[in-house]
Amino acid sequence: MPDLIEAFHTALRLIATLDPGLIEIVVLSLQVSLLAVILASLIGFPLGGALAVYRFPGRGAVTAILNALMGLPPVVAGLAIYLLLSNAGPLGVLQLLYTPTAMIAAQMLLVVPIVGALTRQYCEDLLEEYDEQLRSLGASPREVTATLLWDGRYRLLTAVLAGFGRAIAEVGAVMIVGGNIDHVTRTMTTAIALETSKGNIALALALGLVLLATAFAVNGALMGVRRFALRLAYA
Amino acid sequence: MTWMMNRRTLFGLGLCAALIAATSPRLVAADDKFIIVQSTTSTQNSGLFEHILPIFTKKTGIDVRVVAVGTGQALKNAENGDGDVVFVHSKPDEEKFVADGWGVKRYDVMYNDFIIVGPAADPAQVAGVKDAAQAFKKIAEAKAPFASRADDSGTNKAELKLWHDAGIDAKASSGSWYLETGSGMGATLNTAVGKQAYTLTDRGTWLSFANKDDLKVLVEGDPHLFNQYGVILVNPTKHPNVKAKEGQAFIDWLIGSEGQAAIASYKIDGEQLFFPNAAPPS
Amino acid sequence: MLDPTSPPDLSNASVDGASPPLPLELRGLVYETGGKRLIDNIDARIEERGITVIMGPNGAGKSVLLRLMHGLIPPSRGEILWAGRRADRELARRQAMVFQKPVLLRRSAAGNIWHALGLRGIDWSERPARVEEALRLAGLERLAAVPARTLSGGEQQRLCLVRALSLEPEILFLDEPTASLDPASTLLIERLLIKAQRQGIKVIVVTHDVGQARRLAQDVIFLHHGRVIEHGPAKVFFDQPRSEAGRAFIAGGLVL
Repeated sequence: MPDLIEAFHTALRLIATLDPGLIEIVVLSLQVSLLAVILASLIGFPLGGALAVYRFPGRGAVTAILNALMGLPPVVAGLAIYLLLSNAGPLGVLQLLYTPTAMIAAQMLLVVPIVGALTRQYCEDLLEEYDEQLRSLGASPREVTATLLWDGRYRLLTAVLAGFGRAIAEVGAVMIVGGNIDHVTRTMTTAIALETSKGNIALALALGLVLLATAFAVNGALMGVRRFALRLAYA
Repeated sequence: MTWMMNRRTLFGLGLCAALIAATSPRLVAADDKFIIVQSTTSTQNSGLFEHILPIFTKKTGIDVRVVAVGTGQALKNAENGDGDVVFVHSKPDEEKFVADGWGVKRYDVMYNDFIIVGPAADPAQVAGVKDAAQAFKKIAEAKAPFASRADDSGTNKAELKLWHDAGIDAKASSGSWYLETGSGMGATLNTAVGKQAYTLTDRGTWLSFANKDDLKVLVEGDPHLFNQYGVILVNPTKHPNVKAKEGQAFIDWLIGSEGQAAIASYKIDGEQLFFPNAAPPS
Repeated sequence: MLDPTSPPDLSNASVDGASPPLPLELRGLVYETGGKRLIDNIDARIEERGITVIMGPNGAGKSVLLRLMHGLIPPSRGEILWAGRRADRELARRQAMVFQKPVLLRRSAAGNIWHALGLRGIDWSERPARVEEALRLAGLERLAAVPARTLSGGEQQRLCLVRALSLEPEILFLDEPTASLDPASTLLIERLLIKAQRQGIKVIVVTHDVGQARRLAQDVIFLHHGRVIEHGPAKVFFDQPRSEAGRAFIAGGLVL
């Protein structure tokens, strides 16, 4: 309990004074996770849409795998990217290990299945309503996919939100591929892990509160967009 | 065509573009001079790096990026070429590292000591015992809870050696009084606090650990608790990506008079943590 | 595009030069699904240019037949021939359909028409004019930028109809287009269908509303239990229906 109270005070103090150390890790966390989510969505949207529209052998298996990958443990994703980027690995020549780029790649591995699987579900639901009309209009599968993705654009924001929530909160992946290097690859979550291991529980909790606040802020912004969409019957 | 590409859509797209532009982090920092040092969590948690590295960077302009993991992982990472310098505290493993050709040469840098900490109640009654192995024996006989890092780190290896010297097979009791956390020193200390257990820790981590609760230093001073640190340059012939020049510059500074003085000047609450003992230049 | 200023014309002759690929021939058409036979061996030939109305009690298979003709579902057996040709992509592009429940995208009214024109590959330069004309025809000019899904039922269905017409189809299918609409919208839609027919479009409408059939049909197909019971000029069907089911249906009774 005293830790929690101290944590609140510390959190408020860090925010109020715009502590440069805090700003640095918050900014890096947002940069990494936002970029990872944006890039993952660019992959996940067409992937999910195509999976909903195209019929091909093995479609069920691909869908099942994508759904299962939503639960990919972050530390496993981190390990996979580490093995790729390590100097002993195939992409070692890129010298990307222990950089924010590696962290973005690892988080993309986590977010693509989420955005893809949710997009597929939304598109399948939309297809129930639109299928006959679009076929009547002569739309090719590619055109149907594009139509569904644009039509469901506000609903797809929810998928993006889910992906972002996963990315901003994970520590396993960014710890392994980033190395938690001070001023270079230290994010909110890796900082929390570090302070906890040093026994600075109150500071760790404070950082946790800031992390929650950041996640709420991003959530709130996107939900605001959704509410605006609902009023226009675009949701 | 207002209903086609209206202002709202344009604004949204513009926002996305701005967001992407603003969030391009320094993706691949190839410009600044830097080296990657694979070291241990206990060294990092002690705060030593925050103290000495800025001095080195100021002098040479070389940024030192520390990846802090367990000793075993640090050496493995270095074997993979994912670091330029290795700075750990497990002499036999370090010598094997060099003998296997992964490292160029091993240098002594500094030492600190391990201590046995435990609950103030001290059920195994080891307080003040001079022989560390003897203390371990008493803990085993009392079946008092003991938290082990069990993570292949330098600290862990030192702990296992003490069990060996005491003639105890502690792992056989894993899960009952012998708790293998598989974690770093800080996490293991947290566990020791939570379970009122004994544990072996390095003094550096202990002094800067903020969650001591009622754990106390019970055994110290045994020469067997001596913890030697070594530094090695990763072999550039095995991994051409290794920054041999900058890496060697760091090693030379570390074992030179400036680095050694910097190490000695690091104190917590007035107490010196690490004792420089690099061999004098021949 | 349609010419709204031409005077009412009761003749069958087309004004514009559209030449739909008639006759439409159905040969031995069967459709089965889930163990049930919904279309039971239909042979029919539609060759006249007037509006064909497909009528029948609920469950007769009218909607299924329409979808078979349009190519939305494949027959279990039998053939569908347009002027002797099987339907292909090229032929499909000359058709359009309006469904019972209006299907509109989450865009503005004008945006929906724009999107459909895009699917047909209509050049960007031509689209603004077509969209404007279509909206004017439906009386929806002032609602061009309004989200289509917030329009009333009647407005939505009018929009779906002019969307179909903007594609300049030669065959227009409609499945109970005014089933749940107010009389004003119904009137507007029927007027548009008559205009479309006069400009050479072959209109095939499914309806269970006898009054609507009387107003629109030049040719009637009466369906029952998946079979064509009667097929002939509307006048003949309404004045002297040959079948008992047909008589009962026109009289407004329940046809089992």
